[in-house]
Amino acid sequence: MGESENKMTRRDLLRVGARGAAAVALGSAAGVLLARNRDRAEGMVWQIDPDKCVACGNCATYCVLSPSAVKCAHTFGICQYCELCFAYFDPTAEAGKVGAEAQLCPADALNRKHVEGPYYEYTVREDACIGCAKCVKGCGTFGEGAMYLQVRHDRCLNCNDCAIAAACPSGAFVRIRIDKVSDWLKRKGRLS
Amino acid sequence: MTRVLGICAVVFFAASAAAGGEGAGPPKFRGAYRAPPDQMPAARPLDWPALDVAVLAGALALASYLALRRRSRRGLVALMLASLLYFGFWRGGCVCPIGAIQNVSRGLFDPGYIVPWAVVAFFALPLVTALLFGRTFCAAVCPLGAIQDVVVIKPVKVPPALAGALGLLPWVYLSAAILLAATGSAFIICRYDPFVSFFRLVPIGKWLAPSLPGGTGATAPTLAGRTDLLVLGASALVIGMFVGRAYCRFVCPYGALLGLLSRASRWRVSITPDECIQCRLCEDACPFGAIRAPTPERSAGPMGQGKTRLAWMLATWPILIAAGAAVGWGAGWGLAGMNAEVNLARRVWAERNRKVDGTTDASDAFRRTGRSYDDLYASANAVRDDFRLGGALLGGFCGLLIGGRLVRLSVRRRRVDYEADPAECLACGRCFAYCPREHQRRKRRAQPGGPI
Repeated sequence: MGESENKMTRRDLLRVGARGAAAVALGSAAGVLLARNRDRAEGMVWQIDPDKCVACGNCATYCVLSPSAVKCAHTFGICQYCELCFAYFDPTAEAGKVGAEAQLCPADALNRKHVEGPYYEYTVREDACIGCAKCVKGCGTFGEGAMYLQVRHDRCLNCNDCAIAAACPSGAFVRIRIDKVSDWLKRKGRLS
Repeated sequence: MTRVLGICAVVFFAASAAAGGEGAGPPKFRGAYRAPPDQMPAARPLDWPALDVAVLAGALALASYLALRRRSRRGLVALMLASLLYFGFWRGGCVCPIGAIQNVSRGLFDPGYIVPWAVVAFFALPLVTALLFGRTFCAAVCPLGAIQDVVVIKPVKVPPALAGALGLLPWVYLSAAILLAATGSAFIICRYDPFVSFFRLVPIGKWLAPSLPGGTGATAPTLAGRTDLLVLGASALVIGMFVGRAYCRFVCPYGALLGLLSRASRWRVSITPDECIQCRLCEDACPFGAIRAPTPERSAGPMGQGKTRLAWMLATWPILIAAGAAVGWGAGWGLAGMNAEVNLARRVWAERNRKVDGTTDASDAFRRTGRSYDDLYASANAVRDDFRLGGALLGGFCGLLIGGRLVRLSVRRRRVDYEADPAECLACGRCFAYCPREHQRRKRRAQPGGPI
């Protein structure tokens, strides 16, 4: 019957139209996205804004990696080389004690070395650091904030939905363009 | 007992502040001490996005060939397992087209958000393939589909009415995911991905080639994500033993898009290689309930009943759209709570109006920034309005789909053969072997000089 053939043609036509419309929609969405990324940035990565970080400790516990992809970084250009460094010593510890019982770091990831006079050099042992931010809090409260948390990009899986970012109380865990990472690696606005 | 260290610190700090002032930097050393270089995080290891895209494109082409032309279930299973190894266990379930929905949504609404070309390709390639060949991505390329496909043991038949209703869930999930991604709030598809924890549990990249880029390699997690997600994934797999590919059919938002596009596909999988002989052998072949029986010759009801029903459905359609928009408007208000800015504004407002006691880390951090309350409220209100508008639009779209489904139920479409539903067929090729015509084709092919 002619009628049934007509029907088929109409449905085929509809399908061709729908196919064309879908292709155009897909193409324009892809076109917009590619045009916005003309300089071919390789995408976004997670980064901590040290000026917003409140050293709450979530980075150590929420990361899908264990130990976390977030670890402490130390900037010698900011560090005051304090003898009584509260990134290193537990402020509640007994006076005069400098042994392990007075240390703040639960992972023993901080090294302390005498330089001269009242000055001591502190270095983070990266492989031991768990990113708990106890030292960051101590240094930020009593010192200059030379110690701060950073995302280790060689460890970070760059999850599309970062569990730390979702748990971050202060909005310090943000996504930035991967080609802007170097601007953020050192503490912002503190160092040349 | 003595807690004098703190006092010492204050004294020391005061002394040093007096000597140098804040931000003075390191002291002037008299000796030859030189500070070591600052401890900097290492750069991100090389990814090979082009390799991922090439593997995806190749797998899609091969899957389409195996499903439509070669009609080989065995080949599809082999490809499916290979995809499970590569995209699942090697790449750790990321990058994937399902999650790419969110990157694309965010990228379209936030010009500052960069979507790498590889992610655009991952989003678009399976959809383009669906326009051409149907859901061959689901058949043998998607690692989430593959991990469910291998556990299908005793699939039960989901009643069609229930399956139809559950089939709307992916659209709701898709709407919520787009809304949350476009407003920069959360990527819920990734957050609640039930299988990625399994992929990370077996980091073959770490065992085989820790130095190769691309694999989860040296950075493989020792704890595979959160335990609640492992429980979610395990439940999804247990359900998947009895409800074939439950996640794909009733949850996956990308599957909803693929199904919609494959309705308009140029070619697609057919149960029989040439003609249907109505033998009914394939009737129960599909564990996913995608095979449609021929329609009976005459409708059961009296003449004209169908038309009246269709008229009613068409009249209901705008009402459904309006209802969907209203529900979406309200749901947008609720979902806005997942946005950090809105959440913070609600908390700060409650604190200021003494609705709650104490402060949170977030509200403390906000007060430290010195930002004004009005500024926070204004920006949170703007986000909330986006949520409402977007929720209304997406809710209306869901209403449109529900109405369309109801209308489709009322339209009698003649079907003389056993056919795979264009939207629900996952092109897995299980039904091929049930068709006697297929066996004849294979015999012909096995003969020397026979067609391929």
